[in-house]
Amino acid sequence: MTTDEARAELGTLLGVPPEGTGAAIGVTVPCDRWTEAATFARHSLGCGFFSFLTVVDWKTEGLEVIARVENLDALFSLTMKTRLEPGLTTCPSIMAVYRGADWMEREAFDMFGVVFEGHPDLRRILLPDDWVGHPLLKSYAVDTPYPPYR
Amino acid sequence: MTPLPPLAVAAIAGFILLNAVVGMVTYVTLLERKFAARMQSRIGPYRVGPHGLLQPIADAVKLMLKEDLVPRAADRRIFNLAPVIFLIPCLLIFATIPFAPGLGVADLNIGVLFFLAVSSMEIVGLFMAGWGSNNKYALISAMRAVNQIISYDLPFIFAAMVPVLLTGSMRLSDIAAAQHGLWFIFYPVIGQLAFLAFVIASVAAENRVPFDILEAESELVAGFRVEYSGMKFALIQLGEYAHVLGTSCLTALLFLGAWSGPGPAWLGPVWFLLKAILIFLLLTWVRWSFVRIRVDQILAISWKLLLPLTLLLVIATAAVVVWRP
Amino acid sequence: MSIPRDSLLHPTVGDPSPPRVITELDYAGTERLTMNMGPQHPSAHGVFRAVLTLEGETVVAVDAVLGYLHRCHEKLAETLTYVQYPTIASKTDYVAAMTSELAYVMAAERIGAIDVPKRAQYLRVLVAELQRIASHCLWLGTWCMDMGGALGGGATIFLYCIREREVVLDLFEALVGARLLYGFHQMGGVRYDLPAGWVAQCRAATDLIEARILEYESMLEDNDFFMMRTQGVGVISREVAETVGISGPLLRGSGVAYDIRQAAPYSSYEDFTFSVPSQPAGDCFARYRVRMDEFRQSIRIVRQIVDGLPEGPISSRPGVKSVVQVRIPKGEAYARVEGPRGEVGCYLIADGGPKPYRMKWRGASFSNLAVLPHIIPGHKVADVVAIMGSVDPVFGEVDR
Repeated sequence: MTTDEARAELGTLLGVPPEGTGAAIGVTVPCDRWTEAATFARHSLGCGFFSFLTVVDWKTEGLEVIARVENLDALFSLTMKTRLEPGLTTCPSIMAVYRGADWMEREAFDMFGVVFEGHPDLRRILLPDDWVGHPLLKSYAVDTPYPPYR
Repeated sequence: MTPLPPLAVAAIAGFILLNAVVGMVTYVTLLERKFAARMQSRIGPYRVGPHGLLQPIADAVKLMLKEDLVPRAADRRIFNLAPVIFLIPCLLIFATIPFAPGLGVADLNIGVLFFLAVSSMEIVGLFMAGWGSNNKYALISAMRAVNQIISYDLPFIFAAMVPVLLTGSMRLSDIAAAQHGLWFIFYPVIGQLAFLAFVIASVAAENRVPFDILEAESELVAGFRVEYSGMKFALIQLGEYAHVLGTSCLTALLFLGAWSGPGPAWLGPVWFLLKAILIFLLLTWVRWSFVRIRVDQILAISWKLLLPLTLLLVIATAAVVVWRP
Repeated sequence: MSIPRDSLLHPTVGDPSPPRVITELDYAGTERLTMNMGPQHPSAHGVFRAVLTLEGETVVAVDAVLGYLHRCHEKLAETLTYVQYPTIASKTDYVAAMTSELAYVMAAERIGAIDVPKRAQYLRVLVAELQRIASHCLWLGTWCMDMGGALGGGATIFLYCIREREVVLDLFEALVGARLLYGFHQMGGVRYDLPAGWVAQCRAATDLIEARILEYESMLEDNDFFMMRTQGVGVISREVAETVGISGPLLRGSGVAYDIRQAAPYSSYEDFTFSVPSQPAGDCFARYRVRMDEFRQSIRIVRQIVDGLPEGPISSRPGVKSVVQVRIPKGEAYARVEGPRGEVGCYLIADGGPKPYRMKWRGASFSNLAVLPHIIPGHKVADVVAIMGSVDPVFGEVDR
């Protein structure tokens, strides 16, 4: 599976040619096809290495979930993005496909409040269990007081 | 002058011995610290007294002044009694050791048996400490301790039987006297193997690295003595080091000829102590060089390696004794 | 909190229930004990809480509780400019600060298409490799200390390794002025140049360390106890390694010969010859062997650099006078660096201003630590410390 073959197959699957240059491929996936894209990446494209999963808060345009996986033999990487509708905070979980998504999705839930459907144990990972709010959202001010920590 | 009643003699001798042992044990800790420091390109205790010589005194004073904590949920009586029960056998073993011909508190004719039996009594105190602390770490450590010490007492005893068989008596002064010509460690094959097995088994029976899994600081944070502070902790430390020193003395007596050495007869106890310290330093050298091994590996070594080996040694020694010219 | 991984008992999503202690009695009558390897622990490598469920001596479940060192670097980066943040970036992986700063600076340079002069690139590689040596010294010392105890043979190796690490830290102090957390990297290059006599000191340091590594290897590998504790313990299969996302010596110890320095070379790594060690076994001993070989490869790279360092400027934008002077145009980039612990990455989204819009820090130790619940069950309690030491987490990176 070379980089060009991967690009071609992704274009066929999603109907739009992927972005990115060289060995870095980027795709934007509709939210309902998120798990399908991840499974395709793992089993058909050979991207077995899970790098990270995170969320970006685009304020009025909604949240965006980004996941990056890599093919260690053909040395290309695939960055998958999916945009959640403004006001929507749920996204399917890809933990069944990539085990590393476990803690990454818990951190995304902790920091952004995104609930990953299908994750068996979604609880806060970095902040204490009794924390209120999701700090990395743009609506959360940096100097929000939170006794006794702040 | 009318001679003193033998009971009084024994009491005075015991008192002197006890004080001497406690003093020796405190300074042996300093020796270990200095030796370990030199191995690690450090200096060790240096400031308290000239070259750190008053460090053990400072430690003793510090421990006496510390607060005596008893955890609220701990079983008070067992918790308080455990260090004492632990210490008594460790000091009692010195009673049968003769430091020179005739210089010993009680030269029993079952000396070896007494020593080995009493030294394995410390496990009662150890388990009481682990149980009475009401602490999971202490409990796990105490269970490991029972496992380990019982497993290693068997090869310990069998290896000690080799000098007994070669001498034909369990009295410690007889064993020492029988080594005038040839120390038992130089006895071909049997002597060396028995010495090795005895040292390994004794290291394990004393919970020293590499067999100190039960007080593995990096996992169980001091194990069975995690809840002890102040004077009770000092008693446990004293007991441990006294046990190590006592076993070193026994090793020197059983295998290294006790008090035999060049020079006049009154130099005997000095040689004896030097040999005991030599064994102690050997154990310290091993302690600061090796990582520790897991408890199931420790037990495997005992049951699968040391026990068959020492059994064979005993049989071989018996054969030698029967058939030697 | 102490919920076994494969249990059907789990709280409803998002429900912050208080920690429950589970002591089950299954039909065989064996009791399961929940033991805490608490945040204060001599071998926790920082602040880490592992709630172990034990059956006798065997661990049946691990629940890792993190977050004791969480400072929300990702929010902090949104409030600091591109000039201010690199110094703070070193506080994520504080044991290997040089590689941490490099990830952020490279990401910003990639978005802004900022050139880095050749001499600066070589200096970056030089300090990164020296940092790898220092970090592995600390790893070896603390790992052996965990296995041998602070009052045992482990402490001996710990003190020897710390002594070697001091040699490298002296080099850094002469170069930057700081021993642990530097502010060496900046956008466009590096901040300091080599002082006089530094190259000679560096050569002496590498010679010394190379000789000492041989001693430690023989001290450990000739010791059957060490081999018993590390061989066959904590085996990570290749499939688990890849899907969890572990990287660095952990991945290479499981048979995958993947190194970012050769797979996607950055900062002139393609100019140097070095090999990437990998071991097929996947146990603690394999990871140990990989790191010991990495010592030698790093020394090899350092020698190549000091023998052929080009002249030139050390930064393409020296003399930044105000902290808001550097603005990066709109764009996004992911820059990754092969740190001593694995892939340290910085995913940066810039919006044209002096501060980033979003920064995601991909910490190597966070992904590495995620492998623990998959490999520890089935091992004994004593193996937990051996495995954790061979995973070599730094909690600044895990919690950020």
